[in-house]
Amino acid sequence: MSRVFDFRGGVHPPENKIQSTTEAIGRIPLARELVLPLNQHIGNSARALVEPGHKVLKGQLIASAQSGLSANIHASTSGVVKSVEERIANHPSGMATLSIVLEPDNKDVWMALQECPDPFALTSAEIIKAIHNAGIAGMGGAGFPTAIKLGGQNLTTLILNAAECEPYITADDMLMREQSEEIVLGALLIANALSIKKILIGIEDNKPEAIAALSRTIGKSDNRGTRVELAVVPTKYPSGGEKQLIKLLTGLEVPAGKLPSTLGIVLQNVATTRAVWRATRFGEPLVSRVTTITGRSLSRQRNVELPLGTPVSHLLNQHGFNAEDNVRVIIGGPMMGYTIDNLSVPVTKTTNCVLAPSKQELSASMNEKSCIRCGMCADVCPVRLLPQQLFWYSKARDHDKAKAYHLLDCIECGACSYVCPSDIPLVQYFRAAKGSIKTEVKEKQKSDRARTRFEARKQRLQAVEAEIAARRAARKSQASRNVSDSVDNVDLEP
Amino acid sequence: MSLLKLTSPHLHKRISTSGVMAQIMLATAPGVVALVWFFGWGVVFNLVLAIFFCLLFESVALALRKRPVLSTLLDGSACVTALLLALAIPPCAEWWLIACGSFFAIVVAKHLYGGLGFNPFNPAMVAYVVLLISFPVEMIQWVKPVTGTQTHLLFSEAFTHAFGGATNLDAFTSATPLDAMKHRGELELSVLVAQHDAFINRVFAGTAWEWINGGFLLGGLFLLYQRIFTWHAPVGMLAAILILSTVFYRGGGVDSSGSPLFHLFSGATMLGAFFIITDPVTSASSNKGRFVYGISIGILIFVIRIWGNYADAVAFSVLLMNFAAPFIDYYTVPRAWGHEKAQVVSVKK
Repeated sequence: MSRVFDFRGGVHPPENKIQSTTEAIGRIPLARELVLPLNQHIGNSARALVEPGHKVLKGQLIASAQSGLSANIHASTSGVVKSVEERIANHPSGMATLSIVLEPDNKDVWMALQECPDPFALTSAEIIKAIHNAGIAGMGGAGFPTAIKLGGQNLTTLILNAAECEPYITADDMLMREQSEEIVLGALLIANALSIKKILIGIEDNKPEAIAALSRTIGKSDNRGTRVELAVVPTKYPSGGEKQLIKLLTGLEVPAGKLPSTLGIVLQNVATTRAVWRATRFGEPLVSRVTTITGRSLSRQRNVELPLGTPVSHLLNQHGFNAEDNVRVIIGGPMMGYTIDNLSVPVTKTTNCVLAPSKQELSASMNEKSCIRCGMCADVCPVRLLPQQLFWYSKARDHDKAKAYHLLDCIECGACSYVCPSDIPLVQYFRAAKGSIKTEVKEKQKSDRARTRFEARKQRLQAVEAEIAARRAARKSQASRNVSDSVDNVDLEP
Repeated sequence: MSLLKLTSPHLHKRISTSGVMAQIMLATAPGVVALVWFFGWGVVFNLVLAIFFCLLFESVALALRKRPVLSTLLDGSACVTALLLALAIPPCAEWWLIACGSFFAIVVAKHLYGGLGFNPFNPAMVAYVVLLISFPVEMIQWVKPVTGTQTHLLFSEAFTHAFGGATNLDAFTSATPLDAMKHRGELELSVLVAQHDAFINRVFAGTAWEWINGGFLLGGLFLLYQRIFTWHAPVGMLAAILILSTVFYRGGGVDSSGSPLFHLFSGATMLGAFFIITDPVTSASSNKGRFVYGISIGILIFVIRIWGNYADAVAFSVLLMNFAAPFIDYYTVPRAWGHEKAQVVSVKK
């Protein structure tokens, strides 16, 4: 077992993970329609390749990745393309986004998949190509296209993020219990492709079954020259935060504003490495994921493997959703998740949990009171910021000061708001301030560009004028020289 | 069904400002019991009067400022201020003295600056200092602690004094141990301790005060255990007093300034360390800052006790360091994650 370090701060909210781990990962009947947004990942939207009326098979490419940061999208079941239109996105903004709407034929027929008996025989470029083709994006929540993340240079350590520190969420936990082999094989394959010699699996100690399953798998699998270590970390939120987990496992701090690759580290979520294995070994693109469906307004709480695009409403209805006893539905966990106001939004590549709490389960809206500067927020801040100072400056819109106190390093984990005795929605203030700073920067860039353009134009005009003036002067002097020349000539003529 | 649009986190710890205040009040219990045990009804009258006046002024100030009155009263902060003020001034103080103090604490020191969370100075200490400077005679009239066979002022006597001022308290008052120490002239410390009233029946510090300080220490440890505050400020202050009093301890001689135990368990040391300098609003905000803040207060307390004009100095030291808190904050920012230096990054305009 690997040595474990500690990070300062963090909180211990009630875990609430037991209720969704009593059953094995299940399945639900297909919804009447599946909605596949073209931007389920960070970066540029994919471009739709199908039109209404097209028949598609499960796994068929229906939207292709664009240049830069982007990922492919595949049909998550067989059926007919109903439309390609704007649908409400599964996003905090609640805005509409271009989506492919699929009407399942309920046969769920796969297209012909290209299996590969030994993915370890593939070259690194082939593996990354396969990951890209399968449309895999980080399944822990961020949705960063995996193929691009693996393009980094000089990587030495692969950290498998199995911490799952958010309360309520157990999707990774259940997946590790049931599919530890595919998870580890996926990780080994990535390590192989990047010639990484060390894999650290970071997992919180509240998942004994998953830990047992992983260590059994590591013990018996051929690790192909890669050192695989299980690092069991104490349960503390947010140990699954990228920078926090790196500190826990290696004792190193990722420098501010830099990526983990600066330290030679690349992180992958366990669900992602499993998808990598399925994609390379069986040729399966990413068309489904395991999602936790939990909360006391449901009669049944568990994990289900869902085709991407399943509407949240369908998922809720299949689990005895009592709408009377619910005032909010959260995508993700209670610490960092966001509420949706339209239940028709689809489950996407990053949806690890749908939380439908009862009215009593999570406190309703709160009455913000004066800050008494108690400092509890600073004690729990995992990034060692001073949330109360940031709060003053954010509220006063003093963005320079907020930046001076490292507002932009805030990871919005919510630990400060969680402990605040005055019920101040600190994270909300920070988000708003960050948003304004972003806008300010953009405006500044815009005005800078305008100024540069204006100045360039002025220079250009001046240059033209100068040239004209120079030419005129030259002509003038030429003319006068010609005159004097002719005079001289006259003089010089014998 | 209508869905709420809320931002994360959706989960909150069950802890509230009023809960924090309630625990602080509860934690003063051992100290209050000791005070009542030694000084009798006068302490109770102080408490009742201070709570009454503070809540009254708080309500009036809130109403004038057009803020919600009842919900704010329930946060308990005015009550804690009242409690600290009542415990700091001599027992059996006359009602107008307490009314005056409450006015300064709540209206001047707190609401004129913007109410809870915005006051730069500790309200109870501002009131205490205003009273000490304006009414020095009333403010040093400590009734004699009751020891052995003596009896307390009767309820009626204490009542008359608090409301009518008819009873002459002179017969019941005496110097506190810190006063006796300060004004002993050329007397050797060992002689003073052997002869003076303020040191009869003592165990290691001064009559009654060692128990009172012990009580507040106990309450303070409870709050520490409950994580109402961190150890930094109290430990800083007590350590500073301990070290200085050890360095300057000269046994029982003429020039002795008292033993470390005497300084730790006399006057308002423990009340100050656990209930006054831990007031988060007026102290430095980071843990490192609070440590520095505590140490500085400890140094000031000792310096004023030994070389200043006043017998005790918690209030003055706290107010002086309240001034310095923003300054300390600026130089004690924690090193943010992934940054090489602990500093506020100045932004170029």
